[in-house]
Amino acid sequence: MKYQVQENCLTIFLPKELDHHNAEEIRREADYVIERSHIRYIIFDFEETKFCDSSGIGVIMGRYKRIYMLGGEVCAVHTNERMKKMLTMSGVTKIMQIYEEEN
Amino acid sequence: MENTNEMQLIFDSRSSNESFARVTVAAFMTSLNPTVEEVSDVKTAVSEAVTNAIIHGYENEVHDIFIRCRTLERSLYIEIEDKGKGIEDVEAAMEPLFTTKPDLDRSGMGFSFMEAFMDELKVESEPGKGTVVRMKKIIGKGRKLWTVQSL
Repeated sequence: MKYQVQENCLTIFLPKELDHHNAEEIRREADYVIERSHIRYIIFDFEETKFCDSSGIGVIMGRYKRIYMLGGEVCAVHTNERMKKMLTMSGVTKIMQIYEEEN
Repeated sequence: MENTNEMQLIFDSRSSNESFARVTVAAFMTSLNPTVEEVSDVKTAVSEAVTNAIIHGYENEVHDIFIRCRTLERSLYIEIEDKGKGIEDVEAAMEPLFTTKPDLDRSGMGFSFMEAFMDELKVESEPGKGTVVRMKKIIGKGRKLWTVQSL
């Protein structure tokens, strides 16, 4: 998992394909970092992500639950049209803000 | 029969094979001249069905997953089968957000995505015997037909 920690904010650079196989690793490593670095905010960066399925949605929902319990927030950036559609369809957009690219 | 093509795929139920499965089906469907969107739809649906077979059907044990694909005219037919533990109540399993494994961060959106991205979805399952997911996707629906004239 590629990630960056700035104070209590964790940015996760999601892989090209976010499926069950990749989701497992992100789930494990993200939870470790959340605990160790006292994370309150997570930014999911979809810059490289071309494919995502319900397992990817599951990872986001799972991290949201954890962070929400800790009183924090999650958001998404660099989502392409396909990813926006998937996130909207699954209802994740109700709990997670998608930020448009800042130019 | 004209304009038909078939292929079968048998592979181990390992999560690393999920991308192999969807890319193979995507490659098979290229003869139908799908749009990028249509390919993405099919890849997502295949990924959902294969993931279900791995996590729920075989519960992470390694056994065979079968994919059978057929193109007929403008339609792509896909069957994804496992001989795993089956589904007790198919109707309940297909409800959005239904999951038997919430602890594993399953979103419960698998069948909903398959339904949304494909034109037809049928699930047959028998507890103890396994599950077959049958899907159909019409390629080029609502798109003007491009006729290519032979030179």
